[in-house]
Amino acid sequence: MNEKITFTLNGEPISVTTDSDRMLLWVLRTDLNLTGTKFGCGEGFCGACTVLVDNEAIRSCQTSLKDIKGKHVITIEGLSNNGALHPIQQAFVDHDALQCGFCTPGMILNAYSMIIKNPNPSMKDIIENMDDNLCRCGAHNRIVQAIQSAAKIMQGGK
Amino acid sequence: MNQKTKKAWRNDAYAKVTGKAKYAADLKFHNMLHAVPVYSNFVHAKLRHVDTSQAERVEGVVRVLTAKDVPGAVRWGQIQKDYRMLVDDHIRCHGDVVAIVVANTRAIALDAAELVKIEAEELPMLFDPDEAMKPDAMLIHEDKGTNIVAHHRVRTGEVQQGFAQSDHILEHEFRTQFIEHAYMEPEAAICNPRSDGVMDVYGGMQHPFSTRRFTAAMLGVKLSDVEIIEVPMGGAFGGKDDTIAIICARTALAAQLTGRPVKMVYEREWSIRESYKRHPYKMSYKMGIKSDGKIQAVQCRMVADAGAYCSVSPWVTWRSTVQCCGPYKVEHVHCDVYAAHTNNVFTGAMRGFGAPQVNFAIEQLMDMAAEKVGMNPIEFRQHNLLRQGDTTVTGQTLDTHRVSLDQVLDTVVDKIDYHTKLKRCSRGKSKSDELYGIGLALSYRGASLGAEGVDFCSAIINVQQDGSILLETGVHENGQGAETTMIMLLANELGVKKERIRYRRASTSTIPDGGTTVASRGTIMGGGAVVNAVKILKQIFADGLADELGCDENSIVFENEQIRNQQGDRSIAFDEAILRLFSRQIYPYAFGVFQAPQVSWDEESGQGNAYFTWVYSCQAVEVLVNKSSGKITVTNAVAAHDIGKAINRSGLLGQIYGGMTMGMGYALSEEIISENGIIITTNLNKYKLLHSTDVPDIQAIIVENNDPVSPSGAKGIGEPALEIAAAAVANAVYQATETRYFELPIKAHRP
Repeated sequence: MNEKITFTLNGEPISVTTDSDRMLLWVLRTDLNLTGTKFGCGEGFCGACTVLVDNEAIRSCQTSLKDIKGKHVITIEGLSNNGALHPIQQAFVDHDALQCGFCTPGMILNAYSMIIKNPNPSMKDIIENMDDNLCRCGAHNRIVQAIQSAAKIMQGGK
Repeated sequence: MNQKTKKAWRNDAYAKVTGKAKYAADLKFHNMLHAVPVYSNFVHAKLRHVDTSQAERVEGVVRVLTAKDVPGAVRWGQIQKDYRMLVDDHIRCHGDVVAIVVANTRAIALDAAELVKIEAEELPMLFDPDEAMKPDAMLIHEDKGTNIVAHHRVRTGEVQQGFAQSDHILEHEFRTQFIEHAYMEPEAAICNPRSDGVMDVYGGMQHPFSTRRFTAAMLGVKLSDVEIIEVPMGGAFGGKDDTIAIICARTALAAQLTGRPVKMVYEREWSIRESYKRHPYKMSYKMGIKSDGKIQAVQCRMVADAGAYCSVSPWVTWRSTVQCCGPYKVEHVHCDVYAAHTNNVFTGAMRGFGAPQVNFAIEQLMDMAAEKVGMNPIEFRQHNLLRQGDTTVTGQTLDTHRVSLDQVLDTVVDKIDYHTKLKRCSRGKSKSDELYGIGLALSYRGASLGAEGVDFCSAIINVQQDGSILLETGVHENGQGAETTMIMLLANELGVKKERIRYRRASTSTIPDGGTTVASRGTIMGGGAVVNAVKILKQIFADGLADELGCDENSIVFENEQIRNQQGDRSIAFDEAILRLFSRQIYPYAFGVFQAPQVSWDEESGQGNAYFTWVYSCQAVEVLVNKSSGKITVTNAVAAHDIGKAINRSGLLGQIYGGMTMGMGYALSEEIISENGIIITTNLNKYKLLHSTDVPDIQAIIVENNDPVSPSGAKGIGEPALEIAAAAVANAVYQATETRYFELPIKAHRP
């Protein structure tokens, strides 16, 4: 059913009129041209489509548009500030925590959600939190290191 | 975990962490249509009729295409032209595509695809390659007259005599599974018919030139009429060759026939259903050993399931043949390797390419043989491994580069403290809930294509008036960091900052066919081309700046953004040198080629100089096996690889981590399961990749012995990093449980 859905996207208010049963992933990619959010499996198994809704990491391929009414959505495009990388993005660059880069936006947003809730995560916390975001290039250990280093920087330490 | 001290650099990292990197599915064109494939419910059937009328009547459907609409070739392939890009006679596997629906939206195309009616007459099915090889077996491709796709041999010495001289005989059968590449990015293609008659193709593929051949063939046009444009790709691992080439060709067909841009993006389920897999192998090995620890003879017979189409099965099985005895001296060898057609999903290239299967068998046999003669696994390997100047089982003398098996073996044994830990292994008994084991595996791997193909590659260096440099090569960025490596190599060779260099993403119309970016050949072949292009560029500088420098190309020195003579009393800044060359009507432009050195192969005897150089590798792992659940956990891993020379150190380490991780998934969890030819592991919940909690600490050690045969000194790492991990895990599981597992994935039963 076509419906006007209003929500906040990367800090800006936005309204989209479309079938509100459509999944957020496809609205972002197709209607709003935000292609940084990736389609990997379509069933919520891989995590490539992870975005933040009210700071909670969710699978946008499994979240319908009507479920985000009035909420704040952050995609990878909303993380950097005027071209300056967010500390998590910078840590992924510095640690070479990516190869093909297809899982990277979802990894970064899932990590961001965790750090918001747990600013000082242990290695074990990070490994467990990232468990359901798949990476076929096998960058897992570097991703974990990058997140740990970013969490420290975000706390103001080094 | 290895703590990084230096910040890494990749030319595409910024785009990838910000979501700005545009993969094929992220592109769109004005007036674009959407296409989807139509599958049948059959696995093996004679196609009678495809009724598209109902689908065509759906509002928003523009065309429904079948084999009858193809102006060029319907059947194509890299070796045998047996793949039906759209089915024209028989459906031979469940992933076969019968039609393409082209519509204004993807949703309309998906709905209409359900309305395509396929009438077909079911045929008997074959799923066992051994059955398929019998003389009276039903033929999957009648025109071939046989189901056997490939048969390679090694014949050296007198194997029966070798067994007669042996004190012990080991005979075992090993089996491996179908493996999915599971690149995170499912296949996607967009084709845009240009006003000049050229078809532009954007897609995630690792072999643009093969994609161009498939596409031009299907459209019935010349190679120059199709331009494949490189875009970032979300992983390949050998898997983005044939299938994505075929998807690009079908998309181009739709674009050609509608005159509009067309996009085709695959669902994960379609990708797993249709795309080729790693070959499952059945391997029978017989090994004769003397009591003093010397391998006397090896006889082996391997059968690989090629599935419904040939793809590159003859090449995959050839590598298994060459590496059938591992990196060891064996005087008497009799080896037969076959690939045979079945109605299973077809199989083709995947990282490792016929080596992981063989290594799983031979490296376990090495441990078993060591135990038989009462030797330590390391000591037994040291008794048999190939050293400088030794001759391989295919008659190749290894004397053109450093043969470093001892070095990689010693490095790993020391680093992981193998000998101490071997004594602690549980061998089926422990006081805790877990059994502990350590295992190791060793390999040599022929670099690049070897005698399976013509092997050359090119690079273009085009320096601009302002001193910025455009670099392009015939190798493709698959996600591995090939562009970064090429930039680093050029910066080093020219003595300039890497920030000067922009990697120009090549298209098939701007650079000659450099072959496919597979076979761990990107760095050695592309890098060789870059080094050879630099030599030409240096000549241009020496000639053009003779007044300033007064030296020839051999004594010109490029360093610290300066160009100088050897004595250092005459020099010129790089920027200034470029300006002077342009003012003298000289282009600082060079086209370099690296032609791989000659290799040879005789199919009858299985003898020849199979590869022009080799990579030497050793990996070891420690495991815990839970006594009640049987769950196997890898707790620590160490790898050492002699890759010649490190150009992109961080990229190299990343390849080792990734390759080992994929190899451990091969050992423990990954398996494509089919029932009567229908894959049931259709998405990433059922197809089990390793997750972050499954990945152990991995210590990667880069061993450098500059390779004189490689212009850059470097070899390759992508596949060496994967090909022995499963064997190391299997050996560790044995030391933990005292049970040998002959099948992959290893499913440890409760002790």
